Amino acid sequence: MAEPMKIRATLKNNMAEIRVLVAHPMETGQRKDATGAIVPTHFIHSMTVHLNETLVYDGQWSQAISRNPVFALRIKGAKIGDKVVVHWMDNKNDKRNDEITLQA
Amino acid sequence: MLISLFFRCRLLNKQKQAGFLAMVLMLFLSLASGLAQSLETPQDGLAIGRQLLAEDNPGDLWTERGKRLFHSNRGPKNKSLETCDLGLGPGITKGAFAQLPRYFNDTKSVQDLESRLLTCMVEIQGFARAELISRRFGTLDQDSDIEALVAFIGSDSNNLPMNIGLSHPLERVMYETGKILFYRRSGPLDFACMTCHGETGKRVRLQDLPNMTKKEEIQQAVTTGWPAYRGTHSTVRTMQHRLSDCNWQMRLPDLNYASDLSVAITTFLNYSANGGLIKLPGVRR
Repeated sequence: MAEPMKIRATLKNNMAEIRVLVAHPMETGQRKDATGAIVPTHFIHSMTVHLNETLVYDGQWSQAISRNPVFALRIKGAKIGDKVVVHWMDNKNDKRNDEITLQA
Repeated sequence: MLISLFFRCRLLNKQKQAGFLAMVLMLFLSLASGLAQSLETPQDGLAIGRQLLAEDNPGDLWTERGKRLFHSNRGPKNKSLETCDLGLGPGITKGAFAQLPRYFNDTKSVQDLESRLLTCMVEIQGFARAELISRRFGTLDQDSDIEALVAFIGSDSNNLPMNIGLSHPLERVMYETGKILFYRRSGPLDFACMTCHGETGKRVRLQDLPNMTKKEEIQQAVTTGWPAYRGTHSTVRTMQHRLSDCNWQMRLPDLNYASDLSVAITTFLNYSANGGLIKLPGVRR
């Protein structure tokens, strides 16, 4: 089971700024471990953000994204009480779903 | 470039020459003042970078993991650390970092956060001390539980002032020992901690090092220092890691993890930072 994401949200003039800190190794497949064996690729390939039930971000990520990445986006027309759901899935079919309710 | 400018100036007639020079001068002046406004010193650029990093500090992920580790039943005895006394009573983590290192009655010694955690994890949870020590510093292949626990306990003293008492005679001894270690040069390079940390703006790499002999700078260094997320290591590092690395950089014999020597230096530094407000985990390059 993956570690939870850390989501921060600030709301200013109907514009929500969502900042997500994702805990993920994001292995590129290029690194070798202490024994010299290549560490297999392990990365988030799909990232989605929903505002209430509406899909507002649907991204396909790659190994080029850093370890424990920070991901930020701004959503127009958001208001207090709206629910933001962030979901990711990686190439080992591990996934994580975290949500936050927008506050003033 | 200046020479070619000079020749070009000579070719022009005198009126034009004066105008051209004035223009060049104005260009230089505006460039210089523009630079001066945005970046007075190289440190200003670093401060901007640090600010950006601190806003989304990946160290927070370690804090969260440490919190879960602290409260969950683990180890051969399947116990949580909720009965671990960090100096303020069993299981109390709030404010614990602010008063460490301190004397503990049960071990009859002065301990810093990490040596105390080792004691708790061995006594309460039944982990083997040697194994904990072998996994004390996380790698890309394996996270360290101690690093996460230290990040959690450190951050649980946030916004509280450093407050080392030195009320026990042994704590005083540790402080004095740490002071000697800090100032006395030794080893093949004839280095003391003071050699790098005794002068404001001193650098042994791009970033300036904190001057530990100045109250403000040591407060800043200790209260936002370790545990800190290190970008180049992709993990949270602890004070013990910093000290052993400093020791290695001075080419001194390896500093044993959680040894009295390391606790002595930490006692000296943390006491010197008394009054500074804690803000952990920090972010370092």
